[in-house]
Parts: sequence; C-alpha cells; structure tokens
Amino acid sequence: MFYRESGDFSETYPADSQTFPIKFDRYRYYAVLVVAFLIIPFIVNDYWANAILVPFLIYAIAAIGLNILVGYCGQVSLGTGGFMAVGAYACYKLMTAFPDVSIMFHIFISGGITAAVVTLFGLPSLRIKGFYLAVATLAAQFFLVWLFNRVAWFYNYSASGQINAPDRAVFGHLVTGPNTDAWAKYMICLVFLTFAGIVARNLTRGSLGRKWSAIRDMDIAAEIIGVNPLSAKLSAFAISGFFIGISGALFFSVYLGAVEVGEAFGIQKSFLVLFMIIIGGLGSVFGSFAGAAFMVLLPVLLKNVLVGGLGWDTALAAHLEFIIVGALIIVFLIAEPHGLAQLWRVAKEKLRLWPFPH
Amino acid sequence: MFDQPESFVTSDGRTIGGVMMEMKNITLRFGGVVAIKDISFDIREGEIRAIIGPNGAGKSSMLNVISGFYNPQKGEVWYKGERRPSMKPFEVARQGIARTFQNIALFEGMSVLDNVMTGRLNHMKAGILSQAFWYGTAQREETENREVVERVLDFLEIQHIRKTPVSRLPYGLKKRVELARALAADPKILLLDEPMAGMNVEEKEDMSRFILDVNDEFGTTIALIEHDMSVVMDISDRVVVMDYGKKIGDGTPKEVRSNQAVIDAYLGVAHD
Repeated sequence: MFYRESGDFSETYPADSQTFPIKFDRYRYYAVLVVAFLIIPFIVNDYWANAILVPFLIYAIAAIGLNILVGYCGQVSLGTGGFMAVGAYACYKLMTAFPDVSIMFHIFISGGITAAVVTLFGLPSLRIKGFYLAVATLAAQFFLVWLFNRVAWFYNYSASGQINAPDRAVFGHLVTGPNTDAWAKYMICLVFLTFAGIVARNLTRGSLGRKWSAIRDMDIAAEIIGVNPLSAKLSAFAISGFFIGISGALFFSVYLGAVEVGEAFGIQKSFLVLFMIIIGGLGSVFGSFAGAAFMVLLPVLLKNVLVGGLGWDTALAAHLEFIIVGALIIVFLIAEPHGLAQLWRVAKEKLRLWPFPH
Repeated sequence: MFDQPESFVTSDGRTIGGVMMEMKNITLRFGGVVAIKDISFDIREGEIRAIIGPNGAGKSSMLNVISGFYNPQKGEVWYKGERRPSMKPFEVARQGIARTFQNIALFEGMSVLDNVMTGRLNHMKAGILSQAFWYGTAQREETENREVVERVLDFLEIQHIRKTPVSRLPYGLKKRVELARALAADPKILLLDEPMAGMNVEEKEDMSRFILDVNDEFGTTIALIEHDMSVVMDISDRVVVMDYGKKIGDGTPKEVRSNQAVIDAYLGVAHD
C-alpha cells in the first residue's frame, strides 16, 4: 500500500542504476529535498537549529566520511576526532589568513587539507589490518590533539589557546560568529551535507565504490581482478578525510564558534561518529544519515522525557544516557549488524507485499 | 616430448595457435619445501590446457606463479613472446589474465551484478570528478560496461539472480558467478582452479559445457586444474601431469593416459 513498484520498469541501464530506481522512492527523495530547502529554513528557531538540526547535519557529513572508510572500504579508523580537528584548524588558519576569500572556499580547502593528512595516516593500512590499524589511527587521534595544543602557530598565539571563528558572510548573510541567524547556520550546513550525500552516493555506486567494496570483502580476490590495493585504500582515506574535514570545519566555524581542541575533538568524538555508522548501518549512505539523527536525537529526547517529563536529576539522566547508548550498540551488533539502514530495507521489503504477506 | 607446428587444427575442428605463455624451468621453494621443481611447459593460444596431479603435487602453486601471487626462485615466465618481470597480481590481471579460486573468492557483501562489474574495473577509466557527479565519462562507461556484463550474465544463464546478494546463493551458482566475473574482464588467458570441485554430476556437466562454450565462442585460452579425470580427459586439448612438484607427463589426453609414470603416480607402484 505504502510502497509500490509494480508497473515500474527500467528500460535502460542508466535508469536501472540510478540512486532511486523506484518511482515512489524518487518522489519521496524530492519531497525531502523540498522540505529541507524550502520549508524548514522559514520555520526553524534557535533551539531547533542549535540543539538538533545543525549538529545532525554536521555529524551526518562526518558519518558519511567515516562510512566510506569503514563501511565501504573496510579500514577501521578511530581518528575521526583528530581528523575533524585538522579541518577545524585548517579552516581557522584560512579564515584569519585570507579574510577576503569566501568561507565556502575555505571549507572546501579545509576538506582538501584534511584529505591529505588522513591519506598520510592511512599509509600504514597497506601493511596492517583490523585491530592494529585501529590502534594506528588512535595514535593519529592523540598526536593531532597534542599537536594543536602544543604548537601555538595553529591557534595564532592566542592567550587562551582557543580558536574563535570571526564573522563571515555568504551572499551578504552572516554564517559564522555569534550574531548568525539560525536559518543561515542551517542552510550552509545543509548545502554541504547535500553535496556530501550526492558525491558519496555517486562514488560508491561507481567503479571506485566497487574497488572499495572489493577490498573490504576480500582483498586477495580484489587484487587478482586488477584492483591496486594501494590506490584503492588511499583513495578511500582521502575521500573520507575530505568529508570529515568539511564537517570539522563546519563544526568549528558554524556550530561552536570557539573551540578548545581537547574538548571538542577528543577521542569521544571519534567514538561518537563510529557509533553513528554502526547503529545507522555500515556501507550505506542512508545509514550515515539515520545514525547521525539517532545519536543527536537520543540525548535530546531522553533529556526531555527524564528531566522535563519525569523531573529527574540532570546528572542522573546524563548517566542513564550512557547506559542506554551502550546497551543499544550491543543490541545492534547482535541483532542487526547492518544497523538502521538494514531495518529500513527489511521494512520496505515487507511493505511491498503489505497487507497480503503472500 | 611434444612437438607441434606453429598452429594446427584439433580433431574437433578448432584452431590452436602459437605459444601464448611459456613457463621455463620454474622452481618455487617455501623455506625448505620445494613446491615446484624445474618445470617447463607452454600454453598455446585457444587451447584448453589442464594441469593434473595428486594432492600436494604443486598444481595450485603453479597457477599462483602464473597469476603473480608467488614469484619463483628460479625460472622465467614468458607471455606473448616477452619475458615477464616479477609482477604484483593486479599488474598480471591488467595484462589480461583472469582466474577463479579453488575456494570461492567472491565479494560476499555485493550483488551478483556488482561482483561481475568488478571484473570490468580494468576497462573503466573515468576520473574521480566525473564519478563524483555521475556525469560524462563515468555514466557512459557504466552503461557500456553494464552491456558487456549483461552479455556475460546471459551467456552463463545467471541473469535472473543479477540483483541477489552473493551470500544468498548456493555453491554451484557462486562458482558460476565467479566464472562470470573472470570472464567479464575479457581475459586472454583464463585460469580455473578446480572449477568443478564439490559439484554433483549435473553441475559438473553444466560447468564443462560453459568452459567449452567460453573457449569456443570467445576463443579464450583456458588453463585449468581439475581432479575429475573423466572431465579432464574429455574437455582438454593437452594435459600437464605433476607429482611431488615435478612434471611427469605432458601431452594429449590419450598420450598422458598411456604414460607409465602417470599411471604409477595415480595408481601407486609396488615397492620391492
């Protein structure tokens, strides 16, 4: 009833390989785009933007980036926080060094710089796999945070050791700094997320994505059909780093405005993004969105229910959140290793036949 | 032992061309174990060449030498009249040598279509920007290669499962998908490592028919390892027999069958 594909035939190969081959899905996707771009900006207020929408959009970009590396290419990374910090500091340095250049360029270039750094830290992946690679990226995480704390050049020798985003405008509207409107913050993040989502989807359905998946599923067989493991793995690190860098730049300049590296981009950020893709679904762009939404909404929801609804102590609610998130991750790993994206797929399969199961 | 003109016609009317690949005095050691000892043989264009021998004879090692997994300590591999330097497996693949594995080596997380499409990766050259925006070369290439892949799927009769995840397929079909992936690469030489291992009679018949059809229709040179003697004797043009890393026979199935050393290796010989 909700989901029909009968009478929906692909007549050409391009039609068959498009992102949403089923008409119903395609229209739903357009509807989501229309709502996101044309309706939400006019009704969004400060609370919704700062507590839910902007963090969701930024984390979704980071999750897409990490999902390319972990979910598609099978290379475990625990350095996401550190890599986001690279994007943030690159953006800060660019914003202060070239104040006349549009921040849109700065964010893109920050992504590029992060891509280069992540590729460098990806080099050990050619020799080591699994746990050992995870530990190597963990080293990157601690090294990068240490670096940004220690080398004063990165924070322009400011006394506090913090970096602060100066006011920058796009098309005459402020997007960074304390006086930014909620809708402007939302829009700039949305534009980058849309870009990231479309590019990630296109890359993963094309020949590069197949190379990554081949390396993930069986690297020996991938090599025998002509995939160069060096270029396949490093390209995954680079593309992943590009998106993570963009998300780090946005997280600093648009969302937080002022950053102390150990607090904003510590190891807990790496785990948060990793949980997002595990819960959302490894190897799925939709899963990155779902996981980011879940991990951003859950604390807000719990807080509203426990503190606002039941009148509990804030600290108690915060601790309970840890327990619930931890339990959920265990449940997901056991019951549905492919995450929310797989649940969604199963639901769609069922809805195809609903209400008649046969 | 075996001497033939530059090209000749077999009894069933197929033309076998000149030497395509030649192994010269290959010796492969793992520490103290000698897996292959001073073996030479050639593979001619358009033929079906079988490598047989008892377990542990070094057949798979030989295939791994050809496909670049192992570099022999001694000996030379000649391909298309040139000596091949030591190469990585993916470089060998790009020269037009495709293979299947004894234990199926498919990409379990992907659909049949995507698996077979990976076989076309060496034919896809679109840049990263074109792929990122799904525009121009990337889109055109995807369609062109999809057409090739669909022909292969059609040829091996697996179109109906093209969107099925490989992990859900039964063993026999997986073997066929792996053959499809190797075939999609449009190889000059196709190496098959026990293509019929673990199959029932019917599946073996199907697979034999596909191997013969591939050879017949695309003119692909095929080198295969197989344990089922009746199949080997039936479909191959020439057979190399190995035992304990040494070559003990080489020739047409008929010649090999009457070779005393081969009979001894397979049936055992009385020690007194």
